[in-house]
Amino acid sequence: MKNKINIIIIFIFLIFCFIIFYKGLDKPNTYTPKTNTEKNLPIFKAKDFTLNTYINSENVFIEESYYIVNIWASWCVPCRKEHPLLMELSSDQSIKLIGLNYRDNLNNAKKFIDELGNPYTQILIDKDGTLAVEFGAYGVPETFLIDKNKRIIKKFTGPINKKIVEEIKIIVK
Amino acid sequence: MKILKIFLIIYLLVNFSQLKSDEKNSELKNSILKNIRCLICQGQSVYDSESDFASSIKLIVNKKINEGMSEEKIYEFLREKYGDWVIYDPELNKNTYILWLLPLLLFLVGGAIMRKNLIFKK
Repeated sequence: MKNKINIIIIFIFLIFCFIIFYKGLDKPNTYTPKTNTEKNLPIFKAKDFTLNTYINSENVFIEESYYIVNIWASWCVPCRKEHPLLMELSSDQSIKLIGLNYRDNLNNAKKFIDELGNPYTQILIDKDGTLAVEFGAYGVPETFLIDKNKRIIKKFTGPINKKIVEEIKIIVK
Repeated sequence: MKILKIFLIIYLLVNFSQLKSDEKNSELKNSILKNIRCLICQGQSVYDSESDFASSIKLIVNKKINEGMSEEKIYEFLREKYGDWVIYDPELNKNTYILWLLPLLLFLVGGAIMRKNLIFKK
């Protein structure tokens, strides 16, 4: 009787271990931070891409509208891929696009914009990548949707696609 | 000459304390960086990594230390940005209860079984 109980306990323990490892197999081994948690907009000071002067964050997000902060760089291939979609979003009057030029060469960044068009109402320079950290980004491209209360309500890691554009349009409607 | 000597001693003392403080900050910085996970590397801390993400985090941590932010506040700042996963040493909260308590539970159960067997053998 006692042996039977021991076998049952060991069996349950093995099943428990199996479930944990089996579940672990499904999970990707790279970490993706949560994208739906609301966060406050960071307070920062950054250099303007065109004016070359420093600007405070409260003077960037000045209007009462939805904002999109897009982290991009001229050396980033997926940024090139998502650019036409950003151009499409820029035609929507209810959204203002802010670009964050990440760890880039200024001349290359200017060439990139001249070649593909400028979807941004303002571009900020993030020379050392610290501004991206303030937003909670860890790569490029990343896109953040900011609501009228100046809260980050959504984060998109990687290049945006048609589906994401539609999702953004529905939110800002 | 005497005044010059006194000035020299004061100068050296000030610089020595500055050096001491820099050394202390550097030790604190390294211990924090070793406890932060590089999110885009596999199995590497920010301290060990040379990725863009890691170098940005190194700059941020340095800046926060110079601003006088405590170690715990820096972890809090990073947790808010990237979640609990970014810190190697997770704090005890509702998401990490199992992680912290399961080994203890297994240890206690194992100990109890061993004790029981030993008594039984005697």
